[in-house]
Amino acid sequence: MQDFSQEFMSAIGLILSGDSDLWEIVLLSLRVSLLAVVIAALIGMPLGAALAVARFPGRRAVVILLNALMGLPPVVVGLLVYLCLSRSGPLGVLQLLYTPTAMIIAQVVLVTPIITALTRQTIETLDAEYAEQLRSLGISRLASVPTLLWDARLALLTAFLAGFGRAIAEVGAVIMVGGNINHVTRVMTTTIALETSKGNLALALALGAILIFIAVTVTAVVSLLAPQERASEMRHA
Amino acid sequence: MRDFMHISPRIEATGLRIGRNGASLLNVAHLVLDGPGPTLILGPNGAGKSLLLRCLHGLIVPDEGRITMEGVPLSTTHRARQAMVFQKPVLLRRSVMANLTYVLRRQGLGWRARRLRAVQLLEEGGLAAKARQSAQSLSGGEAQRLAILRALAIEPEILFLDEPTSALDPSATQAIEGLILAAARRGTRIVMVTHDIGQARRLGADIVLMNGGQVAEQARVGTFFTDPQSAAARRYLAGALVI
Repeated sequence: MQDFSQEFMSAIGLILSGDSDLWEIVLLSLRVSLLAVVIAALIGMPLGAALAVARFPGRRAVVILLNALMGLPPVVVGLLVYLCLSRSGPLGVLQLLYTPTAMIIAQVVLVTPIITALTRQTIETLDAEYAEQLRSLGISRLASVPTLLWDARLALLTAFLAGFGRAIAEVGAVIMVGGNINHVTRVMTTTIALETSKGNLALALALGAILIFIAVTVTAVVSLLAPQERASEMRHA
Repeated sequence: MRDFMHISPRIEATGLRIGRNGASLLNVAHLVLDGPGPTLILGPNGAGKSLLLRCLHGLIVPDEGRITMEGVPLSTTHRARQAMVFQKPVLLRRSVMANLTYVLRRQGLGWRARRLRAVQLLEEGGLAAKARQSAQSLSGGEAQRLAILRALAIEPEILFLDEPTSALDPSATQAIEGLILAAARRGTRIVMVTHDIGQARRLGADIVLMNGGQVAEQARVGTFFTDPQSAAARRYLAGALVI
């Protein structure tokens, strides 16, 4: 018990002293996950919105597949991205394996279905309200996508944050394609796993505390935004 | 009593039919909206009033039949010269002002012209003080006023209104009726569905009574209320439950 409390105090010391190794890891984690979520949002939001308003044969199957992809096992994504980026893989020539870019790619693959599916749900609900009015204004279904995306911006921010929460907490895929190389691809989750196995609990605990802080903040922001959305919808009803 | 310019476009519907699962929802043999002043469509629930309005605006394509404006079959080009206000106002999740500038931008107006026109409209509708507020924060009456101002922003030749005051109190209703009458005087053809016989008397120049998906009677307002020709109209005006 004595040991744990000492480790805990050391962890607090690491955070407060501005330990350069610790903050390097935190900043790399934020950089990788934020970039991954921005890319995933740029792909997923227009795609999800287009899927919400488009009507085509097999649409239902696409929606079911998309929802299923939200639960992609990260290790399998890691394996697939690893195979693509490995020396003999189709993208091997780019030499991206064990770089932060490889980790971004893995997180984009994981997060894009989440953002696309959440966007699809959000936009479909808003479209049910807007469709007739926008058609009356002479706006075609596909042309209504930018209007719907803009007007759903608050709900879409929660989709963005949900994606970020998933990305920043991800460990399996990034350890496979990033390799957990010190000062290169070591992020919070992979460092916690490594340092815990090495018995260096202070660094693991410090990173764990920061990760929890980020995750809780993201969840809090999502919950703070959600009631506003609901209230605005209720006023509208 | 009310002077309306007789320049609104003529709408003609012939042989309109809509059916679902074997039941006839709309069956309009011939309807011409040509006279000056607002046309008020009356009738009980399920009479086909809203369906007729959506057909005339081109939001619903009938199973059969033909609609023309000034003798030309209805097309998307026509819809650009029409506007519709729904029973429940559908406002964009933006500011009051942005709800107007959104449609004005589609009219091809520049930034300054859009703002000027929007301010002018908001003053006309008594909403200038709320320009920067979120449209979602407006009361029911204000929201419907904004929806009407947005419809009028495109200076439509025809304005369709689907029971715009059904959920509003008398003072909010009065404000909305004022906007509608002003638009009618400027030459916009008003085609409005209502449940409210009093409103039909106040606003209507031409009355269409719908019953069971059909036009039971069409007459000028004076004739309709003093000398109704159809049994359905007589029962409706007598306050009987027309089903």
